[in-house]
Order: sequence, then structure tokens, then C-alpha cells
Amino acid sequence: MTAEVSKPAPGGGKVHLTHGHLMALLRDMLRVRRFEDRCAELYTQEKIRGFLHLYNGEEAVTVGVCAALEPRDAVVATYREHAQALVRGTSMRAVMAEMFGKASGCSGGRGGSMHLFDREHRLYGGNAIVGGGLPVAVGLALADAMRGRDAVTACFFGDGAAAEGEFHESLNLAALWRLPVLFLCENNLYAMGTALRFSHASPDLAARAHSYGLPAESVDGMDVVAVEAAARRAVTAIRAGAGPYFLECRTYRFRAHSMFDAQLYREKAEVEEWTHRDPLPRLIDWMRTAGHLHDDDLKALEDAVATELEDAVAFAEAAEWEPVETLTRFVTSAEDRP
Amino acid sequence: MSTFKMPSLGADMEAGRLVEWLKKPGEQVERGDIIAVVETQKGAIEVECFQPGILGRLLVDPGTTVPVGTPMAVIDDGKDEEPAPAAPAQAREPAMADAAQAPIAPPPAPSRAVASPAARRMAAERGVDLAALTGTGPGGAIISTDVEQAARAAPAPAPERKPGRVDPAAMRQAIAAAMARSKREIPHYYLSATMDASRAVAWLDAFNADRPAADRLLMTLVLGKAVALALKKHPMLNGHYGAEGFAPADHVHLGMAIALRGGGLTAPALHNADARSLPDLMAGFRDLVARARAGTLRSSEMSDATVTVSSLGERGVDALMPIITPPQVAIVGFGAVLRRPWVADDGATLEVRPVVTTSLAADHRVSDGHRGALFLRDLDALLQDPEALT
Amino acid sequence: MSTQTLPPIPQTATTTYRECVREAIRDALARDDRVFLMGEDVGHYGGCYAVTKGLLAEFGPDRIRDTPLSESTFTGAGIGAALNGMRPIVEIMTVNFSLLAMDQIVNGAATLLHMSGGQFTVPLVIRMATGAGRQLAAQHSHSLEGWYAHVPGLRILAPATLTDARGMLWPALEDPDPVLIFEHVMLYNATGPTPDADTVKAVDITHAARRREGTDVALITYGGMLGRTLEAAEALEKDGISAEVIDLRVLRPLDEDTVLSAVRRTRRAVVVDEGWRSGSLSAEISARIMDQAFWDLDAPVARVCSAEVPMPYAKHLEQAALPSVEAIVQAARGTLGKGAP
Repeated sequence: MTAEVSKPAPGGGKVHLTHGHLMALLRDMLRVRRFEDRCAELYTQEKIRGFLHLYNGEEAVTVGVCAALEPRDAVVATYREHAQALVRGTSMRAVMAEMFGKASGCSGGRGGSMHLFDREHRLYGGNAIVGGGLPVAVGLALADAMRGRDAVTACFFGDGAAAEGEFHESLNLAALWRLPVLFLCENNLYAMGTALRFSHASPDLAARAHSYGLPAESVDGMDVVAVEAAARRAVTAIRAGAGPYFLECRTYRFRAHSMFDAQLYREKAEVEEWTHRDPLPRLIDWMRTAGHLHDDDLKALEDAVATELEDAVAFAEAAEWEPVETLTRFVTSAEDRP
Repeated sequence: MSTFKMPSLGADMEAGRLVEWLKKPGEQVERGDIIAVVETQKGAIEVECFQPGILGRLLVDPGTTVPVGTPMAVIDDGKDEEPAPAAPAQAREPAMADAAQAPIAPPPAPSRAVASPAARRMAAERGVDLAALTGTGPGGAIISTDVEQAARAAPAPAPERKPGRVDPAAMRQAIAAAMARSKREIPHYYLSATMDASRAVAWLDAFNADRPAADRLLMTLVLGKAVALALKKHPMLNGHYGAEGFAPADHVHLGMAIALRGGGLTAPALHNADARSLPDLMAGFRDLVARARAGTLRSSEMSDATVTVSSLGERGVDALMPIITPPQVAIVGFGAVLRRPWVADDGATLEVRPVVTTSLAADHRVSDGHRGALFLRDLDALLQDPEALT
Repeated sequence: MSTQTLPPIPQTATTTYRECVREAIRDALARDDRVFLMGEDVGHYGGCYAVTKGLLAEFGPDRIRDTPLSESTFTGAGIGAALNGMRPIVEIMTVNFSLLAMDQIVNGAATLLHMSGGQFTVPLVIRMATGAGRQLAAQHSHSLEGWYAHVPGLRILAPATLTDARGMLWPALEDPDPVLIFEHVMLYNATGPTPDADTVKAVDITHAARRREGTDVALITYGGMLGRTLEAAEALEKDGISAEVIDLRVLRPLDEDTVLSAVRRTRRAVVVDEGWRSGSLSAEISARIMDQAFWDLDAPVARVCSAEVPMPYAKHLEQAALPSVEAIVQAARGTLGKGAP
């Protein structure tokens, strides 16, 4: 372990950049990246079906935000939420088994890639209705506020959700009732295949949030430390009773919207340009430069991630299918009820 | 699709009157299921279905008399299309074009009564004939209360089976037709032999000695079983003579001549007599007698016999010269079992023994006297070894 | 859970449906501090139909929450709060407005238990007004409860009596799963004897109720149509026709046993549903009768539904669009093969 060093984070957020912390950030980013790549492969092998939305390129957002959260905090996410589950503590086995649709998946095989849930880690889903998670997050925070609990609800959504009525309703209501919600806009510039500039008269999402009375800022979503710093500022403010906070993380997704699309909506050059800002090499390079990462460390980390991943795949492969006899379980709490 | 047609229940049956349907449209029917009761000159006969499937539309209403071969119901056997049923000959409206294809136009089949599901179920349960009711429901439909009233109006609860009504005159006509045809078409030859029945009688007495009356065997059955076994070696006497000539039967279905109270005669088949035990045959025979008198014989029983046994012993007759029942080719007659002087095996001593005179009438188109004689010899031998008959 | 003692409300011999609903909410708020009410104009205004009048003063703004006109979000917030340990009562002004929250109800409340593999229950109660009769025209008058009754995961209630209005809310709040309660606008002013405590306690949210015994035809209805259906039964009685009246009470899951037993006894059924006929709850009930009691029927199942028209404003048109007592009588007579009286 090295002594604490600090990296000048934008805006002066206090991130304690110990070697251990940096390694933890890197480890989570690697876990997400390798997991997503493996999912793409498994999709081509038909092990994973349905819609599969991968997070490549956006890892710094979830890893940075979650570094600022406590276990008691809640997370509401979108259909592109493998990262939130993996980083918040859901085991890779349970997530991969869910991808496979197996009974030991974190949603019992009933949710799939878009609907990862984990009660233990307060992950309230993978919501595949764009904007649908925002009101739920408001309600989660409302309950915490009414019960006097010191918990923040981190609500992830994309730039597409900012066009939904629920975005406006929820920001307004959370601000009105000063609820402890951290609104996290993962702005990857495309609502599926429609560029932000084609769907928003004003692309300044932070300004929009600000108009509802929320403290709002934008951050480089490709810089995990910057994201963490911003998230820490937000969480600190929320815990202090300032009400909700809006954080726009400017990021980019490297892969298609869902598993495969022709990507007619963006230029190859644009993708190329963003890959130069890939948050993973960026962190690795910075850590190397700062003396926090040696080749052996990286190899050991990669090996550990590979081992965890292969174990998860083997686990998912071997896992049992939920018996068809239980098809109508969990429709209502009374299992015999139609 | 196939149709269930008015069956021929005897060589001389030309038409039958549908007494009732025993299955409802929509019910699954299997080969051998009784689906209707048909009244013939010989009585009311339960008619089997030979086509498995789902009973579809009923084309003939109870009370209607239709010629043999008339489509009476549609059976969905999962094949093809439903054949166009022949249009009623006496339909109020002109017959449709395809009716011309039907060689015999059936009488009118009144349109199916409109009845509610509840009425249909209740009618089936209580044996009420929907066709006889007037509906008071929506659109004149027969509804459950109509059926209830009808069931109540009936003096007694409708019995499970309507007793067959035998018209003695009609039956006499049928017998006349069959016998006249037999004498006209079949060149009979007759043989007879008197046989030692002492062993059979002794065996029968011993068998019956400690049995209650209901379980006792009749000599007729012992003799019948002997005939059935003997015929196994003489197939030319067991079978049907039809348009294609003679067809020997695989099994011996014994037509057991039964005199009916009030006159008349019927000879329903005791199936597979060659393969069944005597007690089983006896039970079957009792059942046949009871149902022959109740008029609830099955159609197969009326047409399946491959040979007939007629025993007039109880009436004190020594011997009989019976007439073959077409399309069979033989009939065996037994006189009374009488105690008579008998030359013992030593050829010198006279003994008193029970004897029975057995006669055979057979169709000369199929067999000769030599064959008949061999049959009688084998029959005699079987009677000397009654243990083998059980 | 904590309880508080309510100041006694003077017991009157008679009460209204509105007061019964209010009393039910008061009672729930007093019994369980996880319970709170939110919706449009439930606080300062006192409720669009005056149901919640006085509750803000009694329970305070933390538990009687006026919301912005954001149906989707305050309904979704109800889901979130329910997920997080509360027992929210969300009031949506009318079923027509609930369409703005339908995503949260159908894609959220109804699915979360299943999608999460049984991890998350949503003990949420949503109340809303439904039905026509107040000349509120085509955006405030429809009966869309049948749509919600289509959705697995939801329990749908339609209190048609004062006792049910008073008694259904508490068991609904005790249900771990989302429950929607539809209050017909024409019932709020209905008066009757104050339901006594024991009767209220005995109210369940699982069974249909036989509101009238009869032998010739079963009239099956719910909610706002119960009154007219009972009136029709009276009219039929004068005509010598004995009509049974079944109040469904619970639109999902349907209490088939009660319905089928009535049909089997009377052999005829008329379904009276204020919803439109096409693809309706009445269609579902009719189909289940065909499925399971076909051989007991003496007539096709008849239906009396609203005319297939957006609800018009003018009183005579509105009334013409709704199932009338006469239409119910006619339909019942029709099943008996009788024409106009």
C-alpha cells in the first residue's frame, strides 16, 4: 500500500486516491468491460438472448458514482445496467446466470439482461421503460425521507429519458419535496439511434435540471476519478439535506445500442475519436504515470477478472433452469392466485 | 367423416324404426359402443357402431322408420369431409340435386330441435325425447324447464332402456321370409345320429350337484359347446354364404334358438363359443335369453351367428329336422335326452342309458353328407369325454 | 408500525359513501404510520370529490400530500415508496387520468415482483374515481377498470356499497401486492346506515357478493351499475321473474365460483357492465360462463354495456349511452324467451 496521494479532481471534489482505491476502481472497470465483451460473445453463441445492451465506454460513470455510494443507498438503473449490478455487489455468477435465464440468476431467470434486481444490494432494477425508473426513485427517496433514514437513491437514466415527461415530473417532485435523489444522466449522445441534437431543442441537460431548482453539473463521464469526485460532492450535498442533485455524465457507448445494429446514425470517425478517450486505458495510463500500477499488477488484475468471469460463465452454464411448473410464480405474493 | 347407417340386422330386414339414440352428438364413440335402439320385426335391438369417432349430427329422429343403409348420423373419424347425407325422400321441399345419388331416399329427418345446453343435458339424463317437446325459451328453444315438465308428466320415470316391443305379426312375417328364402335357396341335406349321453349326463349332474340354481348348467349348453368344438375341425359347416360364395368363420358364434313368450323365435349369437368356458357360456346364454325377451338384443348378436343350435328336448321331441338360417350353412338340432335301451360296448348286453338324437341340416352348396357325417362322429366323441368340454 | 387514537367522530345513524371512503382512509392512517395519501388536490382542496376533506388538517402535510399534476410520477413514487417499506395510498382523480400513469401501473407495479424473481413486492393502493353520470363528458367519465383487470399482478376492487367503501381499503393495504380501487362517481353521495364495526371488519377483497336471491336469471354486475341492476331485479319481480344479483366486488382475480354457482342455479345470465362491450370485462365473464357452465345454460349469456361512443356531455345523450334499468330488464326477459312486458 502506498501512502495517500491526491489527484486534482475537477471542481475540487475530495477523492482519496490511495493505491487500494485506484486498484478497486480499475478492478471494477475491468470487470465490467470484460463481462460485457464476454456477453457479446455469448450472445453470438445464443447463450444469451433477448435485448442485450452493453456498457462498453461508459464504465467510468457507474464505477465512479458507486464509489461515492454507501451500501445503505439505493440504485435504480436502466436496461443497460450490468455495470450497476456488478459494481454494487451482485455476484458476477448471479448476473451471468440471469443473462442465461437460469434459476440462480439474480432475478430468477425472469428478468434477463434488462431486469437485474438485487434486494440485498438495494438494486431496484433494470427498468426498460425509458424514464420509468425516475418516479420509482423519487418514491424510494420519499420513503427514506419519511422514515428519517440517511440514504440516497441513485437514479441512472440516459439522455433519451430527458425527453420523457417523467424526467420533468420527477425532477420537479423530488425538488419540491427535497428528496434525497441523485439523478444521474448517462449522456451518451444517442437515444438509441437518434442523436441528442435531433431530439432536444436545447442539449444542455444540466441547465434543464437547474430550472427545476436542482443543483446540477456536468462531468466528463470518461474520467472515473472526475465522476467519483462529482458524485461525492452530490452525495454530500444530498446527505446534508439539500434535496436532489443532478449530475450529467458525458460519455459514449462504443458498441451498438443493443447487440447489433448497423450504426447508421453515427460516423465511424466519431466512434474512433471517442475511443481515444476510452476511460479504461485512460485510468491505466494515469495510474502507471503516477506509479500506482505496474505491469505485474495489471496482469494479476486481468487474471483475477478472467478467473471470476470464467467461473461465472461456467456457473451460468451449469445452473438449473427454473422449472416450467413455476411459470406463474411471483405474479402475486399469494402463489395460488391468478 | 363417415356416416352411421341403418344396419341390416338380419337377412330379411329391409327397414328399421329408430327407437332412441343412446349417444349424444359430440360424444366419443368407440367401435362396439351401443349408440341406438332400432326396432325390427324381430324386436328392439341395440345397435352398435363400428366406426370410432365423434358422433356428429343425428340425421334421423326417434320414431322414424328408415330403410337399411340410410345414413342416420354423422361420425367424425378425423378423415375427409362429411359426406352429404342423403336428402329426405319425403322432404317437404324438393330434394336437392345430390339426393339423386342416394339409391334409397330416406324418410324425412325433421330438423334438429333447438334446445338449450341445459335442456340437452337434462333430456339425456332423464331420457326425455327432445323432439317431442315444444320449447318455451328464447326463439322457441326447448329449455330445461320444458324437459323437467315433460319428465314429470311421464307416468313413471323414464326407464334406462325402453322395453323392446315385439310385434308378433311382424316377427312371424320375418320368420316366414327367412325360412321361405332358406328352403327356396339352400339345398339342405339332413343327417342324424343317436348318441350315448350317459357320460355327459353323469358329468352334468355331478357338476350341478352342489351348485345353487343360478350357477347350474343346462344340457343345451353342454351340447352347444360340443358343437362348437366339433366345428373347429369342420369349417365348411361354420360361416356365412353370401354373394361371394361361402366364407368360413374364424370363430364359432353359436346362434342359440330361443322361443319367445307370446310366440316367435330368435337365435342370437353366443360369441366365441369354441373359446369360452361352460360357466361363462351359461352366463352369456342367460343374459341372451333375458334380453331376447326384453327386446334389447344387440345388432351384432342378431347377425353374427355362424351356425345355429336348436334344442327342442324340453318339449319331449325325439328328433328334429331344422331349417338353416341364412346366411348360415348349418344347423344342429337336439332332441330330448331320453333313457333308452342301449347295446353295451360288449355288443351283447342291453343297458338303459340316456341318449340324444342329434340331427344336422347343412347346405349342400358348401359341404357334402360325408363331411356332415364326420362332424357328427366328432361331436359324438366329444360327448363321450365331457370333461374336455368345460 | 405505530397507532394513534383518533378523536371520535360523532356516530350518526346514516352516512354516505364518500364519508365511508374518508373514514376508511382516516382509520388506515391512524392504524399504521407507514400509510400516507398522495394525489392531486387531496390536501388543501379536500379532494376532487371531497373524499379527503379535513384529512390534511388532521394528519398534516407529511401524510396527506398534494402532488403536482404528474400522474405518472406520483404513481411511480407510490411504487417506490411501497418498495421501500411504506404503505402509500395514491389517489388519481379519475380513471381517465390514470392513463397518464398506466405505464407505472402496468409496466411497473404489476411486473416488479415477477421481474425481480420474487424479491420485491409492491404494497401500493391506488384509488380512483370511475364512471359516468355527472355530465363530465368524454375525458372524465369512462369505465376503464376492465383494462386494469386484464393485467396479472394487480388486484382490482370495485366497492359498490357503503360497507365495501368503508371496509375494502384496510385489507387492500394489507395485501403485499398492488391493489386498485375504483370508486364510481355516482356512488359518493349514496346514503345508508353507517356500517357497524363488525361488518366492516368482515369485509374481504376476494369474494363476489350475492346482493339479491333469485331463481330465474343471474344479473352479474359491479360498482356503479349495482343500483340499476337491483332496480331492474325489482321490476322483473313485479313481472314474475325472480332475478339474482351478483356484485362482483373484485374484478381481478374474479370470484368465478360465486358467478358460476349463480348461473348454474338460474341457468341464465345477464352481465351488466358500464364499460364498453368490445373486449370488456363483460366479455371475459361471458366467456368464462361459456367455458365452465355451458351445459347449464338455458339461454345465451346476455350483456348490457355502455354504447360504444365516447361519453357525451348532454344529459339525455349520456343517459342514453349508459346501461338503463329498462335495458337490463329487457335483456333478462330475453334470456327467458320473453319480449317486452
